[in-house]
Amino acid sequence: MNYNVDSNGYYGNFGGAYIPEMLYPNVEELRQRYLEVMNEPDFKVTFDKLLRDYVGRPSPLYFASRLSEKHGARIYLKREDLNHTGAHKINNTIGQILMARKLGKKRIIAETGAGQHGVATATVCALMGMECVVYMGEIDIARQAPNVARMKMLGATVRPALSGSRTLKDATNEAIRDWINNPVDTHYIIGSAIGPHPYPDMVTRFQSIISEEIKWQLKEKEGRENPDYVIACIGGGSNAAGTYYHFLDQPEVGIIAVEAAGKGIHSGESAATSILGKEGIIHGCKTLLMQSEDGQITEPYSISAGLDYPGVGPMHAHLYTSGRGEFYSATDDEAMHAGLELAKLEGIIPAIESSHAFAVFNHKNFKKDDIVVISLSGRGDKDLDTYINYFNL
Amino acid sequence: MNRIEKKLQEDKKLLSIYFTAGYPQINDTTDIIQSLEKEGVDLIEIGLPFSDPLADGPTIQQSSTDALKNGMSTAVLFEQLKDIRKTVSIPLIIMGYFNPILQFGVEEFCKKCHEIGIDGLIIPDLPVDVYKREYQALFEQYGLFNIFLITPQTSDERIRFIDAVSNGFIYMVSSASVTGAKSEFGNTQESYFKRISDMDLKTPQIVGFGISNATTFQAATKYAHGAIIGSAFIKCLNEKGITGIPDFIGSIR
Repeated sequence: MNYNVDSNGYYGNFGGAYIPEMLYPNVEELRQRYLEVMNEPDFKVTFDKLLRDYVGRPSPLYFASRLSEKHGARIYLKREDLNHTGAHKINNTIGQILMARKLGKKRIIAETGAGQHGVATATVCALMGMECVVYMGEIDIARQAPNVARMKMLGATVRPALSGSRTLKDATNEAIRDWINNPVDTHYIIGSAIGPHPYPDMVTRFQSIISEEIKWQLKEKEGRENPDYVIACIGGGSNAAGTYYHFLDQPEVGIIAVEAAGKGIHSGESAATSILGKEGIIHGCKTLLMQSEDGQITEPYSISAGLDYPGVGPMHAHLYTSGRGEFYSATDDEAMHAGLELAKLEGIIPAIESSHAFAVFNHKNFKKDDIVVISLSGRGDKDLDTYINYFNL
Repeated sequence: MNRIEKKLQEDKKLLSIYFTAGYPQINDTTDIIQSLEKEGVDLIEIGLPFSDPLADGPTIQQSSTDALKNGMSTAVLFEQLKDIRKTVSIPLIIMGYFNPILQFGVEEFCKKCHEIGIDGLIIPDLPVDVYKREYQALFEQYGLFNIFLITPQTSDERIRFIDAVSNGFIYMVSSASVTGAKSEFGNTQESYFKRISDMDLKTPQIVGFGISNATTFQAATKYAHGAIIGSAFIKCLNEKGITGIPDFIGSIR
């Protein structure tokens, strides 16, 4: 079976470009040119150079000996938390801003939930001297004040999304509406492996540096390129897509996804999209999404602002339904304690999104000599308030 | 003959009105339709509300949110419309985003539309190529016209393709914008309207987005066969309710 995107923009039954005609010229231009541009030698050179000198890649692959001892496996952490701006998000925004320049665009728009993608976008716009408008739900603006301030310092305009539930999905709607209103000079930097084709594939390719590095780093450390398992948390699924990418067609590598169960899968306050979702269309993409019986998109919940997206990237919907991926979901409580455990055992405070990946040990037992690579997608500085309140620190 | 096709044969500039089902009140649907027919409107687009209407501006977004809060759904709308053909003969089009239709079941949806006497559908996020590949046969089986959009950015080649797949009319989006965004038309629109008119398409065109009064209606229909008013009509309903319909329609032409 093919786990990558096919020539029509689908992963199995999922993907495609279900967009209004107003977006067609922009999305079609991107579809026709993204692979060609990514393969141009000067694009590659610039991209690689920025990842190295600006982002700080390669990110280390760290053998977590105390965590390994505790859980009985050989556990490696892929340290995306050490990237500039504190998460994997910057890999994609560097790639997309170079793409936007190649396409002759002058203005950048983006959506953001917790603000991590917004900060990563504002950062590359400052770097390239491009105008930047970030849409953010009014409610998220109130609860993520430091990231709003960061974006402003970086010169971006933060526009509140006032419609619907005033969170990430509405910020995405507003960004799409901006693109409809500004079809010629604007590029939309989507932050996750979602949206109409070619976005899921383009974002995945920019994030695939994660698994590319894992392969040679693991070869150096263990004498083999393929681990037994790769593990990542999934909201929309960009860090997961990048972590899995070079292992999709290696059947000996187990692919594990951990979604956010919020207060419990069936509590009514959850973001476990693969279990709770049904096939449908969200933001131009056919995938699994949380919705009412009538097809209205519902609002997910997670303690982690980066995982509460009502859909999941089409690659992951395919990995789930085809059985190639093993999907688990971790509650707020499991994730918070997994984060605390990582801090105590390894001296690393993870983003709460990433903490969900570490909650895998509540759900799956590994063998002692299993080599397990976990994507540590972001650092926990932004989440200190949540940790403080949760543990009364 | 499909009622849309028949209407398009009349020698006049057609006025089409969009409203969101379930707004302002849940049970206003049939009263609004009857009133619009009585006032001489030519086509009606019944908006099936969606939680995430990507192509719509603030006015229609808000009416959709309110309609959903009022309890509107696909099943409720069909129930309200089940006897509509006993009282009106005006062409009726349902305009809605694809996901609610997909969840209802596309075939079941088409079948219901056929039973009620719906003449066409406008589904902005169902692209023409997917329609052609997966759904065209179904729509035709149930006698439904599927109306496609074009915009000032749509290439001539693609317009020709859309023209070939279309029946009824082509929904010509007046400018690069979401619904309700413009208050008047400038030279850019004028030359776009003329360009499309000069292409001599087989399918008539009706202009939508940014039409709110007699001036914009006249400008939009200088070249096209008609024009659609949505947001401005929703605002009228919001301010004056159903009793405001005669004055509003009277002010357009």
